[in-house]
This record gives sequence, C-alpha cells and structure tokens, in this order.
Amino acid sequence: MEIRPIFASLRKHRIPAILIVLEIALACAVLCNAVFMIGKRIGDIQIPNAIDERGLSVVVLNGTDPKLAASDIPRNIAALRTIAGVQSVGVTSTLPLSRNNWGWSFGLKSDSAMTDKNTFNVSLYFLGVGADQTLGLQLKQGRFFNADEYADSTLGGSALPSAHVVLVTESLAHQLWPDKAALGQSIYSKPYYYTVVGVVADVVRPQASIHSTQRSYASTFYPLQPDATLGYYLLRSAPHDRARIVRAAEQKLGEINPAAVAKGKTFDDIRGQYFADMSSMAWMLVLVCVVMLAVTAFGIVGLTSFWVAQRRRQIGIRRAVGASRGDILSYFRTENFLLTGMGVVLGMALAFGINIYLMHHYEMDRMPWYYLPASAVALWLLGQLAVLGPALRAAAVPPVVATRSV
Amino acid sequence: MFGYYMDLALRSLRRSPVLTALMVLAIAVGIGASMTTLTVMHLLSGDPLPGRSQHIFYPQVDPTSRLNPHSQPYDMMDYHSAVDLWSAQRADRQALITVSALRLTAPTVHQPALMAQMLSTTSDFFPMFAVPFQYGNAWTAQDDARHARVAVISSDLNNKLFQGSDSVGRTLWLKDADVRIVGVLAPWRPSPQFYEVVGGRFSDGDTASFYGRPEDVFMPFFSSLEVNDGGFNPFTCWNAPDPGVKLQNSPCVWVALWVQLDSAAKVSGYRDYLASYAEQQKALGRFARADNTRMFDLMQWLDFNRVVPSDVRLQTWLAFAFLAICLFNTIGLLLAKFLRRAGEIGVRRALGASRAAVFAQCLVEAATIGLLGGLGGLLLTLLGLWLIRRQPVEYAELIHLDPSMFGLTFALAIAASLLAGVLPALRASRIAPALQLKTL
Repeated sequence: MEIRPIFASLRKHRIPAILIVLEIALACAVLCNAVFMIGKRIGDIQIPNAIDERGLSVVVLNGTDPKLAASDIPRNIAALRTIAGVQSVGVTSTLPLSRNNWGWSFGLKSDSAMTDKNTFNVSLYFLGVGADQTLGLQLKQGRFFNADEYADSTLGGSALPSAHVVLVTESLAHQLWPDKAALGQSIYSKPYYYTVVGVVADVVRPQASIHSTQRSYASTFYPLQPDATLGYYLLRSAPHDRARIVRAAEQKLGEINPAAVAKGKTFDDIRGQYFADMSSMAWMLVLVCVVMLAVTAFGIVGLTSFWVAQRRRQIGIRRAVGASRGDILSYFRTENFLLTGMGVVLGMALAFGINIYLMHHYEMDRMPWYYLPASAVALWLLGQLAVLGPALRAAAVPPVVATRSV
Repeated sequence: MFGYYMDLALRSLRRSPVLTALMVLAIAVGIGASMTTLTVMHLLSGDPLPGRSQHIFYPQVDPTSRLNPHSQPYDMMDYHSAVDLWSAQRADRQALITVSALRLTAPTVHQPALMAQMLSTTSDFFPMFAVPFQYGNAWTAQDDARHARVAVISSDLNNKLFQGSDSVGRTLWLKDADVRIVGVLAPWRPSPQFYEVVGGRFSDGDTASFYGRPEDVFMPFFSSLEVNDGGFNPFTCWNAPDPGVKLQNSPCVWVALWVQLDSAAKVSGYRDYLASYAEQQKALGRFARADNTRMFDLMQWLDFNRVVPSDVRLQTWLAFAFLAICLFNTIGLLLAKFLRRAGEIGVRRALGASRAAVFAQCLVEAATIGLLGGLGGLLLTLLGLWLIRRQPVEYAELIHLDPSMFGLTFALAIAASLLAGVLPALRASRIAPALQLKTL
C-alpha cells in the first residue's frame, strides 16, 4: 500500500486531520488514566479479609451502663445463643471496615513509648470469649487466647488491656520481624507490653488504607473480660439465615436492654457501606470512558463520511483507472490507521504526563507501563471499527461517477 | 441579515440531520459532564459563611510536654489550653467545640431510644456562625457558667420526636440526665460542616465525611461534660493516658476553639496573646515549645484540611478533558461541513458577499448548534446532578443546580460552540471564489 498519496491528501486537510489526532490523543490519555483508576478502585473494593464474611452478622449495642457490663454481656450472649440457626456468638470492640478505629503506636524496644519516632501504628481489636471463633480468625502459627487470659484481662478505664498477650496478622508479623519468627516476640508502649502468642491470616483494619495493602493489615487482637467497650455482638450462621438472625438479634438485645440502642447489620452491609462511594466513583469512570469512546468513534465516522463524500469523484476516477474496491477500502483504513497512530503516540505521552501530575497532587500510584500500549491498541481498533462504515460506502462508489460532472 | 443567516443555518442543519444531531449531542454531553462536576465543585468548595468567614479564626497551640516530633501543632487542643484561651475572652466571640455520641430519649414520646451526636459548645457558637433558629433561642453565657442542663436541638430531631411542633420547654433524657430544650434550629446545613473539620491531611483525600449533617443536640460545653461523662473520645494523645484519669486531665487533644476577631488589629492582638499564652505555659513547664502556635482564618483552615474530596476534584479535571474532546470533535465536523460547501460559498462570494458576511453566516450556524447543544447540556446537567444526589455520599443532598450555574451552563455552551465555529468559519470565509467557480 502506497502511503504517500494519503499524506498528500492529509496535508490538504491539515486542520481536520490535526483535530482528529488531538481528539484521539486526549481520549487515549484519559482512557489510560481512567481505566487505571477503575482497576485500582476495584482492587481496593475487593481487598481480601480473612474472617468469615459470608456468615457474619453483628448487632452494635450502644448506651449501656458501663458498670453493669460484667453481668450484662454474658446474659446478652446467652440470649443470642438461643436464636435458631446461630452457630456461635462473641463480642468485640470493633469490626474490620466499620470505621470505628482505635489505634495505638508500639515500638520493638522495651523502653518504647507511643510518641517515639520509630513506633508503628496498629489497630486494636479487643475480643471477648468466643470472638475468635465467631469472627472465623484463621490461625497460622501459635495459639488463640486461653480462658485465663480472657478472665484476667481488664481495661479499668485505661486505653489498653492489662493482659500481656496479643495476636497479630501475618502481614504485620512479616513487617515487624522480617527475618525471624514472630511467636514469642513482644511489642512495647510504656507501660504496656504484649507478647505474640499467635499469628492469624490477614484481617483488615476498621479503616483500610488506600495507599498500601500492607498498612491495611496492621491489625492486632487482645483478650478482654466483659467490658463496656465490647459493644459489637457478633453472630455466625449459615449465609442464608443472616437476614432473619439480624432482625431477631436486634429485637432480642433491644428487649433485654431497654435503656440501650441496638442496631444490627450483616457484614456484607458493612463492607458495602464502606466502599459505597468508591464503587459509585468507579461506575462514573466507566460511564465517562464509554461515552468518551462513543463520541470519539462518532467523530471519526462523521469526518470520514465527509471526506468520502468530498472525494466521490476522485474515488470514481481511481476506480475507473483500475483500482479495486479493496484498494479504496484499504486507502481509508490506512488513512485512519495513520491518524490514530499519531494520536495514540501523542496520547501515550500525555497519559504518562497526566499520571505523573496525579501522583503529585492526588492519591495516585504510578501507572504500570502496559496500560499505555493496551489503550493504544483499543483506540486503534475503535478507529478501524469506526472507519469501516464510511470506507465501505467509499468502496461502493461506482467508476461511472468519474464520467459525470458533479 | 441575521434572520436570513438563521434561515440558511437551519436549512443547512436540516440537510444533514444525522451530522447535526452528532454535533449537538457531542456539545451537550461535554457541557453536561463539565457543568455537573463544576456545580458539585462550586457547592463543595464555597464559603460556608459568606461575608463573615474572614473574621472567623482557628487558634492552635502545641500542648505537648515533650518536644513534638511533628513540626505542626495538633488539629485540636487539650482541655486546659482550650478552656484557658476561652475563659480569657480576648476575642469578640469565642466558642469551644467537641463532639460525642450519647443515648437520647424523649419522655412521653413513644419512640425507641436512639444514639444522638451531641455538639458540646458555648453560647457564642450560635451568633458567631449565624445559626438560624425556628423556635426559642440559644442558651446564654450565664447558662454556660451555671452548667445549666439545657439543650438546642436540630430541626431534623424536632421533626422526628415532636413532629415539627414548638418543643421549647420540653425535656429530653440525655444518657441519665434531664435536659430542657431552650431552642430548636431552623433547617441548617452548612457545606462543609466547617466548625468540626479536623484531620483532613490524614484522610488520603477521602474527605466526603466533612459534608455530613450538623449534630442533633447542642449542649453547653461544661454541663455536657457532666452529662456524658466518659462518653468523649480523644482526637489523639501524645502520651499514654493513665488508667482512671479523666479525659480533661489526660495528655490528649479533643477540644477545638473558634474565635471571631472583627478587625486586623484584633487579629494581630490575638496572635500576640496566643504567643504569650504559650510562653507562659512553657515557663510553667506544661508546654515544651512556645513557638508552635498558629491561627488560620476559616477558609485557610478549610484549605489546609483540603476539604474538597479528591474524587470530586478528579472528576472536574476529567469532565473538562471530556469537554475538550467534544470540542475537537465538533470543530472537525464543522470544518469538514463548511469546506464541503466551498462551491456554494464561492458563488456567494462571486455575487458580492464579503468575507465578513460569509464568516458571520458560518458563525450563526455554529452558534445555532451551540444553542441546541446548550439546551441538551442543561438537561444532561440536571440528569447528572440527579444521579449525584442518589450517590451514597454525605454531600449528595447538598447538590442542586443554582441560578449562577444555570447561567454559566448557557454561556459555556454558546462560548464553546462559537469557539468551535470560529476556526471553520474563518477557513470558509477565505475560500477563493474563482477556484471554486471553475470546478462547478
């Protein structure tokens, strides 16, 4: 295929050609970044979380009398156990993705204080008896807490429990002790210290970090005897029982704690609420991409149609002097290929620039290189698809047109 | 002449309806997307206290007793610093602020107890922030001093508990205390909920929660500390609090102070006062640093916390890239269209039409497309805003099309299409008549 005549003709239509190139370049740049953002958000939304999410429901009990916690909590748990279909019941201070975060900073030296520079921030989960099993924590090393550790651990109005044992997640263990076993190691924050007795599979913090998954898994678990901070009543059941159990549990806790406020939901609700705005943003980006590609495609269709109509006579002449339909078809397709090609080269550079800008000004990571060629190929295909209709119409121009005047 | 051009334009547009529809749609979509995001941006980044915000300030001190590894003061203050500064009454108005949740029931109203958000503040809060009242009034400075058990409630809560009737004088149970209602607010929804914006720089751009509703219950600061004792949470602590110590005496920050300063002299006076307070506290051994004080005005404080969610800012950029794509599209199509009529234009020029006349004719056609596109864009903007109102974000219910944005939509549509029309029209007007006549 000779491409010189194509360039000659494009030079005659310089401005429309430049415009279409710019349009494709911008579309390519926006597409790259938008698809990257969509991918990032989908990844965030699907963050793995090693608890039994599908079987977990929770009733949050607020406004109870702290002084009666020691007797109320066992009574409430016993009442919840009587609901049909409930496999296990436990209490915790918070749940993953609940946004109810209690954080603390620890160090690895025995004289570390929470304000030291080299401390690391973790989320604290306080567990009542049975919560480990109800959550469905997956033990990787060591053991869960024993009955004595639960019974002896009190809060007594302070921020951290009096126990000296802790469970950490695999990611956190790996981050803190990269080259030794985590079991038996301790974390310190004067005057508190805790020794790792078990390592569990990765559980997300109440507030996940959008920057690093590693930071999202900085969760630690402590035993605690019945205490007012344990306001999350967890119920584990078969997934299809959850809706009924949430309602029954909310009602039951409301009845036996008339002065308190009980609010129930399934863990799926909690996860859905946490990521609701993120998923709506992802959908909006998808919508923008689709409409943008449609506009670009129609622009190509419109412009090529005009060129075809404008060159009817030339096409007729070419056909009359021996060009086949295929030649005409491939002329327009090659023309489009060249235009799109220039557009995507410019677009990839622009996409890269936009990504750098977003990295500096927004919470964005570096875009992997393969997004650039991928969106280039996508736009090339789109261009070929868009040009097909007008090009076929051009190929259908009969040679006899050449002999007619106008 | 304009009527004639209009007639020509409509004829030309009718001759290729698909192409016309395409151009109108492209402009409409571009305008719709950019106006939707611009409206959201406008509503979220506006001044929550127009005309007053330059007099509202947010003083900060660094109460840490050891050298603070962070170079900035905390976003809130400890109890003693905040109350000291408030008690000094050096500003024209001053209000302490802290938020907690507590159980709320209304006796004689048969509704289950609910967990309400309570703002603990002082009497200046209401006049300082121009909070509108439906019934009753704010409490007085004497009520603050006497630790009076009184409350102001939101119109939402009043509708929920008392069906919107005048509930002044009625009693609420807050936790275990009887509290008398002295005022009911008119609907009040500042955007953002500026007075408790803190910690924005730690939120990774996820700041939609700054646009939530104001609290349902407002209580005098000191009496609320008694009523909801133990129900307050620190924003952060610089040392581990000792067991059994009240939050008031803990090494934690959890109280904010807003002040109103009506003149530049008072502003610099207050800055000096803040510095001297820090100096004095350092001398007393309570502060480690005396030089770490700061006082932003309201808008600076909102900027510092980057209140507009980064998703919203991103969407605005995206929408304008989108508008640019649509414009390029329309320019290309118009250009192709005008140039295709080269023969026709050649004849007009040969018959005596000036370049300016041809230019004007083409521009009228472009503007017509712009007008139609603008109308479509307005409809799409309304659709876009409706979609955003249905999103699960805190600011959803703040979103509406306001008159200034309505006007801007049209101006933008016409400007965009004229912009898109100028280049093609210019090209068309430069067509040499002789060359075109020869080819006819």
